[in-house]
Amino acid sequence: MWRDIVLVAGKDLRIESRSRVTFSQVVPFAGLVLVLFGFALDANRPVLERATSGLFWITVMFVTTLAVQRSTSIETTDGARRALLLAGIEPVAVFVGKAAAIAVQLLAVELVLVGGIVVLYGADIESFALVAATCLVATVGIAGAGTLLGALVAGVRARETVLPILLLPVLAPVLIGATRAFDDALGSVAVDGWAWLGMLAGFGAVNLVLGALTYGVLLEET
Amino acid sequence: MTTPAISEAPVHTRSTTSRLLGVAVLVGLVALVVLGFFGAPEDDEQADAVRLIFVHVPSALLTYAAFSVTAVGSVMWLWKRSVWWDLVAHGSAELGVIFCGLTLFTGSVWGRPTWNTYWDWGDVRLVTTLILFLLMIGYLAVRSMGGDESAIATRSAIVALIAAVNLPIVNRSVEWWFDRTLHQKSSLTDGNLEDLTLFTLLLGVVVWSIFYVWAMIHRFRVGWLERELRVGDLDLAIEQRRAEAHAAGDGGDQ
Repeated sequence: MWRDIVLVAGKDLRIESRSRVTFSQVVPFAGLVLVLFGFALDANRPVLERATSGLFWITVMFVTTLAVQRSTSIETTDGARRALLLAGIEPVAVFVGKAAAIAVQLLAVELVLVGGIVVLYGADIESFALVAATCLVATVGIAGAGTLLGALVAGVRARETVLPILLLPVLAPVLIGATRAFDDALGSVAVDGWAWLGMLAGFGAVNLVLGALTYGVLLEET
Repeated sequence: MTTPAISEAPVHTRSTTSRLLGVAVLVGLVALVVLGFFGAPEDDEQADAVRLIFVHVPSALLTYAAFSVTAVGSVMWLWKRSVWWDLVAHGSAELGVIFCGLTLFTGSVWGRPTWNTYWDWGDVRLVTTLILFLLMIGYLAVRSMGGDESAIATRSAIVALIAAVNLPIVNRSVEWWFDRTLHQKSSLTDGNLEDLTLFTLLLGVVVWSIFYVWAMIHRFRVGWLERELRVGDLDLAIEQRRAEAHAAGDGGDQ
């Protein structure tokens, strides 16, 4: 199964690297959102510093909807999903592989965004380990939920609007937990950021288990 | 995939049971209004605002009940492919959204005089309830997407299960994050209510529960009849096309 996971993740990442959508469109979009937040908050440096963690993760949420829609459209065009099923790959492997590909793309965008908040918002990172751990754990949960919900709305009309309606409330616990952890890592609020990682890990585990249990049904039936 | 078979279908939404339940709801609501406004005493701290708990607490409890039924119905759809359970899950979700909206609204109105704010972002129960509400709005959005009925049932069942994860978090949040909530623990069990206030609150729970059953009966039957209509229309259209093809075949033979 691990081989299948690597194959599926590699396929999605190869398609992305060839199309260059992530780096030519998604990363600039993420940077643009950071800049617009700066305008919206009137370039008020103390407010921006205080709100940096929340703004970072809201930007990640926006980027996630784009990444999930891209990942879903890969399978819906030209009946690729049917071909994937006919290839005899376990649905769990497809789910984990696609989630891994989304996670890799999100982590790449988050890396750029971390640079963005340091430069644009003057964020002072006190714990690089906590920043890295938060990005990693939160992104696993985000990718799991995104992959499951992306498959859920695949092939239906108005999926572009339904996906954010479903995905953003589901990701709300990540927004809360990851923001608190970042608050600690950036030293903006005195909270125990490592404690919030447990909640993020629980969220990720629930979404991965739900996805593994139900992704096959979605693939075959929708 | 073939459409799952339906065993028996009601032909209308009324019945003796539903009428009796409807009358019980009306009588109960009148009693609740009388007791709530004129019977139950003012609270020492909250004054008249305490009367909102006669709507707020029953709505919150029925939110849990309705979404739990939706979760059970969703599991039964995924497990048994039971159309009956799918219709129950859908109807219960609609009622749950109404109850949840009412819970948020009455809680907000009650919070203004009591906590001096309509909304407090630091209160875990408020925030988790809002997330649950938004998730179930998403569930109804999936329901309205159109397309193959079996696929919609599967999609919405999975959304319901994702939302169901939030149910115990909302319910236990005041215990788990007791330092991050303005909410008090259970009003029904904390023993701080006057006898008549507690009785009125329990009456509210009973009336809301009967209303839920009454509304579920009607919603289920409406859903069943809608489905029968869709399936019947499809069968009729197929029959008409076959008759046309048959007639064209006869004409060709002559």
